[in-house]
Amino acid sequence: MAATTALHRGARAGAPSASRRTGLASHWLYALTFLSAAGVILITCLIFLQLYWNSALARQKFGWHFLVTEVWDPVNSVFGALPFLFGTVVTSAFALFLAVPIGVGAAVFLAELAPRKTSNLLTFLIELLAAVPSVIFGLLGIFVLIPILQQFVVPALKSVLGFLPIFEGAFYGVSLFSAGIVLAIMIVPFIISVSREVLLAVPRDLREASLGLGATMWETTWKVVIPFAKRGILGSIFLALARALGETMAVTMVIGNTPHVQASLLAPGYSIAAVIANEFTEATGDLYLSALIELGLVLFVLTIVINGAARLLILATTGKGERHA
Amino acid sequence: MKTSYLIAAMLAVFTAGPSQAATQITAAGATFPYPMYSKWFNEYHTLHPDIQINYQSIGSGAGIKQVTEGTVDFGASDGPMTDQQIAEYRAKRGAGILHFPTVLGADVPTYNIPGVQAELNFTPQALAGIFLGKITKWNDPEITEHNPGVKLPANDIVVVHRSDGSGTTYVWVDYLSKISPEWKSRVGVGTSVNWPVGLGGKGNEGVSGQVRQVPNSIGYVELIYAVQNHMLYGKVRNADGKFMKADLNSITAAAAGAVRNMPDDFRVSITNAPGSATYPICSFTWLLIPDQIKDPAKKKAITDFLHWMMTKGQDMTAALSYGRLPHPVVAKELKAIADIH
Amino acid sequence: MPNLWQRRKVVNVAMLSLTAVFTVATIGILLFILGYLFWNGARSLNWNFFTKLPVPVGETGGGMANAIVGSAKVLALATLIGVPIGFLGGVYLSEFGGKSFSSVVRYMTDLLNGVPSIVIGIFAYALIVLRMKHFSAFAGGFALGIMMIPIALRSTEEFLHSVPVALREGAMALGASKSQAILTVVIPAAVRGIVSGIMLDLARVAGETAPLLFTALSNQFWSPGWNHPVATLPVFIFTYAISPYPDWHQQAWAAGFVLLTLVLVVNVIARLFLSKGFSHAPR
Repeated sequence: MAATTALHRGARAGAPSASRRTGLASHWLYALTFLSAAGVILITCLIFLQLYWNSALARQKFGWHFLVTEVWDPVNSVFGALPFLFGTVVTSAFALFLAVPIGVGAAVFLAELAPRKTSNLLTFLIELLAAVPSVIFGLLGIFVLIPILQQFVVPALKSVLGFLPIFEGAFYGVSLFSAGIVLAIMIVPFIISVSREVLLAVPRDLREASLGLGATMWETTWKVVIPFAKRGILGSIFLALARALGETMAVTMVIGNTPHVQASLLAPGYSIAAVIANEFTEATGDLYLSALIELGLVLFVLTIVINGAARLLILATTGKGERHA
Repeated sequence: MKTSYLIAAMLAVFTAGPSQAATQITAAGATFPYPMYSKWFNEYHTLHPDIQINYQSIGSGAGIKQVTEGTVDFGASDGPMTDQQIAEYRAKRGAGILHFPTVLGADVPTYNIPGVQAELNFTPQALAGIFLGKITKWNDPEITEHNPGVKLPANDIVVVHRSDGSGTTYVWVDYLSKISPEWKSRVGVGTSVNWPVGLGGKGNEGVSGQVRQVPNSIGYVELIYAVQNHMLYGKVRNADGKFMKADLNSITAAAAGAVRNMPDDFRVSITNAPGSATYPICSFTWLLIPDQIKDPAKKKAITDFLHWMMTKGQDMTAALSYGRLPHPVVAKELKAIADIH
Repeated sequence: MPNLWQRRKVVNVAMLSLTAVFTVATIGILLFILGYLFWNGARSLNWNFFTKLPVPVGETGGGMANAIVGSAKVLALATLIGVPIGFLGGVYLSEFGGKSFSSVVRYMTDLLNGVPSIVIGIFAYALIVLRMKHFSAFAGGFALGIMMIPIALRSTEEFLHSVPVALREGAMALGASKSQAILTVVIPAAVRGIVSGIMLDLARVAGETAPLLFTALSNQFWSPGWNHPVATLPVFIFTYAISPYPDWHQQAWAAGFVLLTLVLVVNVIARLFLSKGFSHAPR
């Protein structure tokens, strides 16, 4: 009895005593696995520390101003994160703007409307979209998306909405707009996958009660099911956001690599991950390198915060850990 | 059964590669001479199968940085290392770094204007104005004045520059600084500068790629990139007032003056060189070789390559539109090889 | 009331149709990507692509033989580095873990999973490339290996956790010690799920480019051993795609096609493998 309870997940009353009870042979397995688990903690902390230490030079020199300075000047050694923060946030926000309605909408279809088998198959396919490597999105972005945007989408957009400041100015193909669209395509599968799970976890009785009271299916979904699942859906959005923030290759191939802050989405921009990818191997001078690493630190902290929020929200709704898409 | 196949496959993958006798050298840097270097290193490997020089064109800035960190065996750059960078090298590696010129090249203004097939003439002021963001339309008087007969549209000019640290940039901004005081004070010279306007492309490859894709754009690339990609490039007015197109003759002419006064460390700028037949935006490009190479096999391979490069290798330059090194420079360099310990 | 009812019905149909449209659109994008890559990439595939090394810039007839093998090498290394740590860590969490330590490990694992790949690249550069003084396949494998840890760990934990208690109790009743039970009963029972999880993990890092830029660099030739820069498919795709040479563009498409096919095939196999063994997928 004591031995079996020791194996139950519940009885975690001090692992050492469990292994003592079940014999010396367990020791080496315990030690090995413990070291691996501890190793994960070590590696993660080491990454953070490396970023923190190696960015010391830039942090000391620029302080908090780093986050709001628009200048990125290697010649005069003045570095500011604003253009990259701006580009990262704007492209991700735009991506969410496109991906959330589509993602949640598709999740609703897959969870509420589609027959189970079809739903599973379609979800399977959509999760394959999540497996497509970033560089391939970049490849398609350059040769397929940008020409389509240049020839059809942007002229149409400008003729209708051109008066808005966000659609002002010339469109060169590479831009925040293009990067946002590519990101939207890349993150939509995450939103769909997690939201669908979350919606499926909503108890049947709620739906049936609503329908029983005369609501249409849509009204049930919109006013009952989604609000019930809203934390999980929000979690999926945060997850997608964290993914979008860190995306490097696809973004750097279509964003334009221009460190300026501009009002128009059609203008070229830059993101934190893209500038690191472009300039890291050549940052001559310790301050330059340190500034790039500080950018990496900012990105790291940003993704930690958002991932953390995502995790809490999803946990609250489905009772499971973070989704692995 | 299955595991043994798996192991055999893994062994095959892991051991795929050159035999033990081969020396593989890693080099990185400039994209400006990359077409030439990739040809050279390929040819050299054919001649000496046991020597592989793996050159990665990641930009002059990266070449300087990585050779300073010691992660590559030698670097390459078209912007010579500054005194500060040389001092940094000495501090980090405890030895000196040598510059060896390899070829002469030129930065050309390449453009993509719908409807325009002609070769445009650019004055220094036009180029400075465009890249400063002050000249914004293709039909600006500064451009149209010198291009009679060419119908230039009233479209906005899209500037394309390098997003990475670049010797090609260095040559371009070195020239702009010489002919435009405003550029010199506002932006300055370096392998990476704070560009007033424009899109960024990675490497010469990226800039030419962008100019090809984006209508109404103008970028600066090494001559061979424009040639290989059948892109239009303009003439630039030289210090003597003539509009010159970049070609072997005009490039070689630009080096003539420098040859007479070549400094011992070979670091010299030949932009805006005098002479009626010179193209004004030319430069030497250098290999950055440590003066102490510990590994004897690598040292022999590198010094042998340098010999070959200065002699046989120079015969291959014309085919790719690079200017060969003038004889006095070669003579001086051959002697300098002895400085590598 | 009829008007209101009509309106509600119309809205109902409209919105639900919209959700169907969104789903079709998303699937459509996937099919488009596959189709386009297949069309463009497959027709650029030729014998040269698989057997030749890259030729000098501007010339045609080169291939990516070294990149294909290089990718295999780097991924093999990544698996050797990341999977043991992830797997063993997962065993710990599932079989041995104390409550608070386990939650710390889980939290850190999720953190690690969320670290942008470019940051991992910086980490591997500082830790390995600078110390060893060269770019190498090892550094690249190390970076990708770290990226593999979180998913391997969570996968292992989840599948071990789902092994029925009855199996464990049965082993104990037969006199097995804890580690014997784990090694001979629990893990084999979960192996299907764990292997699929690792396959999915591998497919995910196979397409990573950013970390390789600062670690494996690239190579025009074959890369001997571990200590030299190595050519990889994703880096070649990136380099060739942004270049101006049409021949390189074609090769980029071909490489993209090869990479995508491999990634998707592994994904499909892993998921099918999984669904045969368990009633719930590892989501």
